[in-house]
Amino acid sequence: MKVALLATCLTDTFFPSTARAVVRLLERLGCEVAFPLDQTCCGQMHFNTGYRNDAESLARKYTEVFSGYDHVVAPSGSCAGMVREIYPEMGVSAGPMYELSEFVVDVLGVTDVGAWFPHRVTYHPTCHSLRMLGVGDKPLRLLRAVRGLELVELPAATSCCGFGGTFAIKNAETSTAMLTDKMKCVLDTGAEVLSAGDNSCLMHIGGGLSRLRAGVRPVHLAEILASTEEEPWAHATP
Amino acid sequence: MGTRNPVTWLGSPTFPKAAREALADTQLRQNLRKATGTIRGRRAAAVAEMTDWENLRLAGEAIKNDVLSRLDTLLVQLEEAVTARGGVVHWARDAAEANEIVLRLAREAGTDEVVKVKSMATAEIGLNEALEAGGVKAIETDLAELIVQLGDDRPSHILVPAIHRNRSEIRDIFQRRMGISVSDEPAELAEAARRYLRQKFLTTRVAVSGANFAVADTGSIVVLESEGNGRMCLTLPETLITVMGIEKLVPTWQDLEVFLQLLPRSSTAERMNPYTSVWTGVTPGDGPSSFHLILLDNGRTATLADSVGRQALRCIRCSACLNVCPVYERTGGKSYGSVYPGPIGAILTPQLVGDMHDPLSASLPYASSLCGACFEVCPVRIDIPQVLTHLRAEAVEAKGRTAESIAMAAAAWVFASASRYERAQKLGSLARFIARDGRITSLPWPGSKWTSSRDVPAPPAESFRSWWRKNRGS
Repeated sequence: MKVALLATCLTDTFFPSTARAVVRLLERLGCEVAFPLDQTCCGQMHFNTGYRNDAESLARKYTEVFSGYDHVVAPSGSCAGMVREIYPEMGVSAGPMYELSEFVVDVLGVTDVGAWFPHRVTYHPTCHSLRMLGVGDKPLRLLRAVRGLELVELPAATSCCGFGGTFAIKNAETSTAMLTDKMKCVLDTGAEVLSAGDNSCLMHIGGGLSRLRAGVRPVHLAEILASTEEEPWAHATP
Repeated sequence: MGTRNPVTWLGSPTFPKAAREALADTQLRQNLRKATGTIRGRRAAAVAEMTDWENLRLAGEAIKNDVLSRLDTLLVQLEEAVTARGGVVHWARDAAEANEIVLRLAREAGTDEVVKVKSMATAEIGLNEALEAGGVKAIETDLAELIVQLGDDRPSHILVPAIHRNRSEIRDIFQRRMGISVSDEPAELAEAARRYLRQKFLTTRVAVSGANFAVADTGSIVVLESEGNGRMCLTLPETLITVMGIEKLVPTWQDLEVFLQLLPRSSTAERMNPYTSVWTGVTPGDGPSSFHLILLDNGRTATLADSVGRQALRCIRCSACLNVCPVYERTGGKSYGSVYPGPIGAILTPQLVGDMHDPLSASLPYASSLCGACFEVCPVRIDIPQVLTHLRAEAVEAKGRTAESIAMAAAAWVFASASRYERAQKLGSLARFIARDGRITSLPWPGSKWTSSRDVPAPPAESFRSWWRKNRGS
């Protein structure tokens, strides 16, 4: 199956290891992965901050770049949500877009991807994956099938981490208050790895945990699923 | 126009500024965490009992949309029905007109004191203050409203306006204002309020209420409450004045059935609220002999004209969105600078004010991380995140050229071309040289707003796209 990857500007720039993990995972599952180099940003930041015209231009650019593909996959619930749920609000219709866990579970029909990741992991479901896309427990089903992985339930998992794009800047204090509670829940699990399907939320919670030198590593779902016993995922902050 | 709309409190700062102060109040955060946490869990349980909940929400949405689409004819129908049953209908364009009518009616009834049923519409128009200026004292009879009133305080929640108070704070207010000695046991506090209010119910000749619903085809007005104090106000006085937002209509009794299920479960997490009072005009020898209905616009027709924003008029004031909101839970209701706090306040207040040049109004749509928890619980399916981003666009337009708009335009210009984006990416990756141990701990403004509590990961030397080009060619 041929599938195009929307790496998202954040992951492309700050977390290339996540996009490489998506490529490795999807190729292992028999997909042919394309990465259209003309892609930039889906326009979510502009849309959510109130810059509609800019967002709409970026939405149109997206549809040009991805028009030839039957399946587009993004390792981000919020960028996938932008394309699938918000573009139509702006009168832009894009082709089928899937968040990674949706694509693997629904389109490829796989929950055991043959991964191995021997760590104690807790999972933050991220608001847009949960409430905008409705991915439900798909990421958890994928994680439960990972060999060696001990999944610990995150208390108050569905609460927002306080990122919210420019919200984290415009209402920095409120955002931090939300983050503090999220970090407490993460630390209460005793997990050594915090995973999520969205690097933006991971950058936020991870940024707070890093400030505390808490020793909990943020790792995107894709990187856990890409890891195998033969080829363990070498997560490095490159 | 001319007079300012009292839906926002005079002199209120913008949301971020007010929130900063509220966040520093540890007692407030503790009170709110406890209260919202409890009600959230109870609501979830009350809703889980209903197998047809999603259908009820769809029905609630559809009925309210129908009402909004033919509000003009339904309101006239309501007026005719109320008049035919002996009531008097008044139309008020704004807060000042509505307040003036209530004051005139109170004076005509020869009273300098009115008892009040808890009502958002009268809070929205600042009725108590307007009456006081006219020499008429308004006495709140809802327990939480009474706590706010006696504490010379402002409400912080739609359903429980004193949610920011714990019981020992309430005891202090009662002791101070009622001149009594009382413990902080809830039953004792309720008893103190009961004694204080009972005398008022028996002696006051005019009552003022709001309305949860009005049935257009019969002219019946409906009030839902928990304490029975509302029922006292609605039955004992000689004159009853009801102030109602024009969007509160339902076409028929049949439609009411949907909302009598949606509202209590969403609001107090009850299967059914203890008191549902319904009256139709006046009934000789039974209840008030004089009934006045004031139909309040105060920014509603302007809101109705906005095809995206108008869904806020479906709101039935249940408070479910407040109770699940992670922002509200931490900042409390007063940070929103209006009687309508929380997610619904963030979309309703700016629309009722109708002026995005107002700094508070323009800050409210940003008081959300767009997590969507509000939309998920809204019994009439108001897509609050959608309206928030819609209003943000209005705020941006009203502000014109700002440092932010220039930065956003620059970012859009960069993103418009992959080659520009790539050059910016390479330039930005140089930031890795200011990083230590893979993290950047301090950035200049506005990045400092982030790094005040969060590190930034050092950007890697190689982006994904350069890796791809190197390893996969194209």
